[in-house]
Amino acid sequence: MTDIYEIIRGQKDADGNYQKKPVIVQGITGKYGSTHTKLMLEYGTNIVAGVTPGKGGQKFEDKIPIFESVKEAVDATGAEISIMFVPAKFFLGAAKDALESGIKLLVAIPEHVPIRDAMEVIELAKKKDAIIIGPNTPGVIIPGLIMVGIMPASPFSTGRVAVLSKSGTLLYEISNNLTSAGFGQNITIGIGGDPINGTRMIDAFDMVKDDPELQAIVIVGEIGGDSEEILAQHIIDIGFKKPIVGYIAGRQAPKEKRMGHAGAIVMGNYGSAESKITMFEKANIPVAKRPGEVAVLLSGKMNS
Amino acid sequence: MRLLEYQAKELFKEFGIKTPPSISSKNIEKGRKDAKELGYPFVIKVQVPVGGRGKAGGIQRCNSDDEFELKYPQLLNMSIKGEKTRAILLEKMADVEKELYLSLFLNRSKRCYTIIASSEGGVEIESVRNQTIREVGLGNVDVQTAKEVANRIGLKDSQEEQFVEMLQKLSKLTIEKEAELAEINPLAILKDGTLIALDGKVMTDDNSNFRHDELQQYQEKSELEKQAEKNGFSLVELEGNIAVIGNGAGLVMSTFDLVIDNGGKPAAFLDIGGGATTESVYEALKLISKMKRVKGILVNLYGGIVKTTTVAEAFIQAYDNNLINIPVFARLMGTKSKEAKEMLKDTKTKMFDSVEEAINGVVMETNK
Repeated sequence: MTDIYEIIRGQKDADGNYQKKPVIVQGITGKYGSTHTKLMLEYGTNIVAGVTPGKGGQKFEDKIPIFESVKEAVDATGAEISIMFVPAKFFLGAAKDALESGIKLLVAIPEHVPIRDAMEVIELAKKKDAIIIGPNTPGVIIPGLIMVGIMPASPFSTGRVAVLSKSGTLLYEISNNLTSAGFGQNITIGIGGDPINGTRMIDAFDMVKDDPELQAIVIVGEIGGDSEEILAQHIIDIGFKKPIVGYIAGRQAPKEKRMGHAGAIVMGNYGSAESKITMFEKANIPVAKRPGEVAVLLSGKMNS
Repeated sequence: MRLLEYQAKELFKEFGIKTPPSISSKNIEKGRKDAKELGYPFVIKVQVPVGGRGKAGGIQRCNSDDEFELKYPQLLNMSIKGEKTRAILLEKMADVEKELYLSLFLNRSKRCYTIIASSEGGVEIESVRNQTIREVGLGNVDVQTAKEVANRIGLKDSQEEQFVEMLQKLSKLTIEKEAELAEINPLAILKDGTLIALDGKVMTDDNSNFRHDELQQYQEKSELEKQAEKNGFSLVELEGNIAVIGNGAGLVMSTFDLVIDNGGKPAAFLDIGGGATTESVYEALKLISKMKRVKGILVNLYGGIVKTTTVAEAFIQAYDNNLINIPVFARLMGTKSKEAKEMLKDTKTKMFDSVEEAINGVVMETNK
């Protein structure tokens, strides 16, 4: 599997600092894209190029060159990371453009991407040995180093806990609690709330589990699908020993209703909170009743 | 979109999958005509977007005009698991020899479609025993695979042929309509050996609605849901009296869980989306103001990039315009929360530092 750390931060230099990897923004001139490009720049992300068809040759904020296609942007900058802000209808075309041009980490922000389009792009990503985060993700952040996403900066702090979350706002809320409790984050990855994820829970777990700096993992799941169950079984199978704490949103949700996220739906027993919580408990992962309890449970786990 | 049985069957017919003769109606005048056309006996089936209607008495045999006049209104006014009847389907009874199960289902973890088939159908999928499962990528089913599945569930000769044809049609439907689930359950073998879809369930991908105008006629949205969608919100209506509003599905779900844990009864789940602006919060309050059963509003926002004062501004506007006069219990996380509290000091909005306190407040208010 492609190593997300290698792509997003590389190796430490002689002074012990990670690299500032170059990032491309697809849809940099849109309202959403431009707002978040500014915020990412503020955070210190090394944004080197934007892509907006029809606006090639212009500059974003007088400094970042805009290209017609990802191919041109990659040729000019050598970037392997792209974050995408295009409307869902254009996801398929824009994602293909990125993957065909050598992008190895594609962070797909758009919500409402059709399942069929996501499946097609994921097939292509497998062939190209690339990672897709999303669609419908808040993105990825390594606090203090790089933000490739739309998350606010304030909840996050540097540290050694990985947070993997289907939900964006719960990721912020729980990271904020962790930060207050003294648990900074090694990395946080937004899985996304769609039925089909480029990086599934289990993939995200495998990406982070072997990092020597990692101390613990927090898994923020929600109703729908069975990715939490599959991850729990995987954790049992490999005998992973570092502390893990879970949270599952939607315990009280009615069946067969989509609860905000396209993927947050219980069909029969498929996707139910009980099923996920049962499997977590089987894997010795305590499950918090409310977001505020995650940090408390983690403290307990760390001290036991 | 979760299609009702009669809608799923319309799609089945369009794709050449056999179903018993049936006619749907939404009022008794049309129902009477349908009854004449169909002829007694038949079954009256309520159309609700939820399972378990048979057990709840939503399927009744009907032999005469007298029975029809009694049962049709009963079923039309019925609610099952909080879902009102959307329509009535009158359907001829089939002479069933055996019931099977067949579906094409999106396996989210494997990120592919799977065929699920069984020689024992007629029960909910979790209870279906002896499942035969085949992964079929993006949903295309070739003849060889279909034959294997037919054989695995014990079908031979003419029945195998009919099954292969039916499965391939179901596959075509799944792909063309972008379904997450297309289920025939029970798939009946009739006494004369014909294979027929007795009941059907189809769920399509809402995110592909923009390229399926033909499915819009099946959209069963309430006026409020339509308004919510126009604003980019997602709304689930329930029977309680607390409106739960927040930004981001996960956060609203978690708030919703805690409200019920603490004895509250939600009337609405309203996710205004990842960002929050003065306008979007105002629109959300406008929507809630139209729900007369709501006795208290709970707002849980994680502003992040948004300042809480811009959200507080929406409440002030709502009070100024007399949009709402019920109490609001709010927890606004993010920058400038002190200023926001100051702004709302003399209004009917109560601000809390933790969501737990806000929930206690709204539950006490609405359970008075």
